[in-house]
Amino acid sequence: MKKYIDDFKVVHNERLNHEYVILTLQHPGRLPAMLPGQFVEVRVDNAPHTFLRRPISIHDVDEKTNTMKLLVQEVGEGTRRMGQLQAGDTCNLVYPLGNSFSLPKGKRVLLVGGGCGIAPLLLLGRYLKEQGIAPRFLLGARSKDGLIAMEAFRSLGEVFTTTEDGSEGTKGFVIHHPVMRTDTPEIDQIYTCGPEPMMKVLAKYAAKHGIACQVSLENQMACGFGACLCCVADTRDGHKCTCTDGPVFDSTYLKW
Amino acid sequence: MVDLTIDLNGLQLKNPVMTASGTFGYGEEFMDFFDISRLGGVLVKGTTLEHREGNAYPRMAETPRGMLNAVGLQNKGVRYFAEHIYPRIKDYQTNMLVNVSGSTIEDYVQTAEVVNELDKIPGIELNISCPNVKEGGMAFGTSCPSAMAVVEAVRKVYKKHLMVKLSPNVTNIAEIGAAVEGAGADSISLINTLLGMAIDAKSRRPLLSTVTGGLSGAAVKPVALRMVWQVAQAVKVPVVGMGGIMTATDAIEFMLAGASAIQVGTANFIDPCVTAKIVDGLENYCAEQGVEKITDLVGALEL
Repeated sequence: MKKYIDDFKVVHNERLNHEYVILTLQHPGRLPAMLPGQFVEVRVDNAPHTFLRRPISIHDVDEKTNTMKLLVQEVGEGTRRMGQLQAGDTCNLVYPLGNSFSLPKGKRVLLVGGGCGIAPLLLLGRYLKEQGIAPRFLLGARSKDGLIAMEAFRSLGEVFTTTEDGSEGTKGFVIHHPVMRTDTPEIDQIYTCGPEPMMKVLAKYAAKHGIACQVSLENQMACGFGACLCCVADTRDGHKCTCTDGPVFDSTYLKW
Repeated sequence: MVDLTIDLNGLQLKNPVMTASGTFGYGEEFMDFFDISRLGGVLVKGTTLEHREGNAYPRMAETPRGMLNAVGLQNKGVRYFAEHIYPRIKDYQTNMLVNVSGSTIEDYVQTAEVVNELDKIPGIELNISCPNVKEGGMAFGTSCPSAMAVVEAVRKVYKKHLMVKLSPNVTNIAEIGAAVEGAGADSISLINTLLGMAIDAKSRRPLLSTVTGGLSGAAVKPVALRMVWQVAQAVKVPVVGMGGIMTATDAIEFMLAGASAIQVGTANFIDPCVTAKIVDGLENYCAEQGVEKITDLVGALEL
């Protein structure tokens, strides 16, 4: 897919809580096609201690308004600066980057996200629904506050939740949810993005039950388009760039 | 119309702007962003005799105005390059130079021999300065006798333009520059990355799998500029300057310090079009300053 570099206009900054915002960014012309699982590299202006762009998942796309949404968790100076962007500001992106989630093996899909890793699952859910596949989401967080953007997910399909402190949904990690705790899970395909320990547990679970599993990695990157070779994942074929060969990998391809 | 052309000791460049090895892939990665035939040259990813997997992840850490990397020369080996990559890139309308690295002198020689047979590769850049591999690399570039030995050995088998890339991790870079000139280098490029380190105070662990790595980006520019200036005064062959160049003004500073051409590295990650902007910026600077030939800027520092 052709890559672009453009100034987008911030049309909305929706603050979800003390650490998450959703930025709505408008393309100056016609937004090119973008696939679920792809990401953008955001140039962070006016953040003196940052140097590189920040890779951020594409959370949602609206072709009618030529806009995309980025779900941003404020973890350092760069993402905090992004959280301060206001409607009318510009935001320079290199996009769309990376491969994408591919169509499921079977119709019973479960999209499992943890923390900020829920970001690409919304666009994936929308895409699956358009393909006639009903997405089911399993979203985990530390506590109720961390379960964000739930309405958007609920508009697409069934949503299960877990929290570590039990403040909402099933208490524990995603793997402890009843939908997973059965000898015969009704799942043909898992898609997951989130903390690596969570994805590793899911990959193991999928292997045990003969379920296909696609994982989206968020390795540290310098460029995002295959030039620096910094973001490598260890695969059955050696080191592969998360930015160009991924970020989505079949879980059995990774040396986990 | 400003004359931007450079004669780099026989290697003809349409302008002084090249891309630094390891920051520009094989050029292909940037084709969506701009026409790379606008560049004076492209230094392709560090190439070794055999396939290398490079170092373990994590290989990168952002630092103030820069970054550390510890990629460790990941590449598929020179034969793979010759068979599979060269046919794809050979017709790009710019100088495609191969950066050659190795663990032993014999590695360098054999790699250079393979590249010597590739008609449309007009030169190599001998990397005696990679800080991220255990053997070879920087070890060759940090003493005069070893630097001379590898350059002399490659000079015997390599017939086209031989650029030698120096390590800044030395006490006296002018000495090393003079040594590789004496050993047969056609041009000298510098600087490779500065050996550095980053620590996560919370976990008390290093941020790189290799503990230490190579520092690049805007942060290193003053060091690079000083070293280019020192080497340019110590040698007669042309010097190719790099280290933290982010803008056309940075590039001009390197030329004033004595660089005949420049390479842009880490800036490519932040703005993939930056090299095209630097070409435009050089032309504008010359036009504004009444400079007819850009070569008039080389070493024009007024003391």
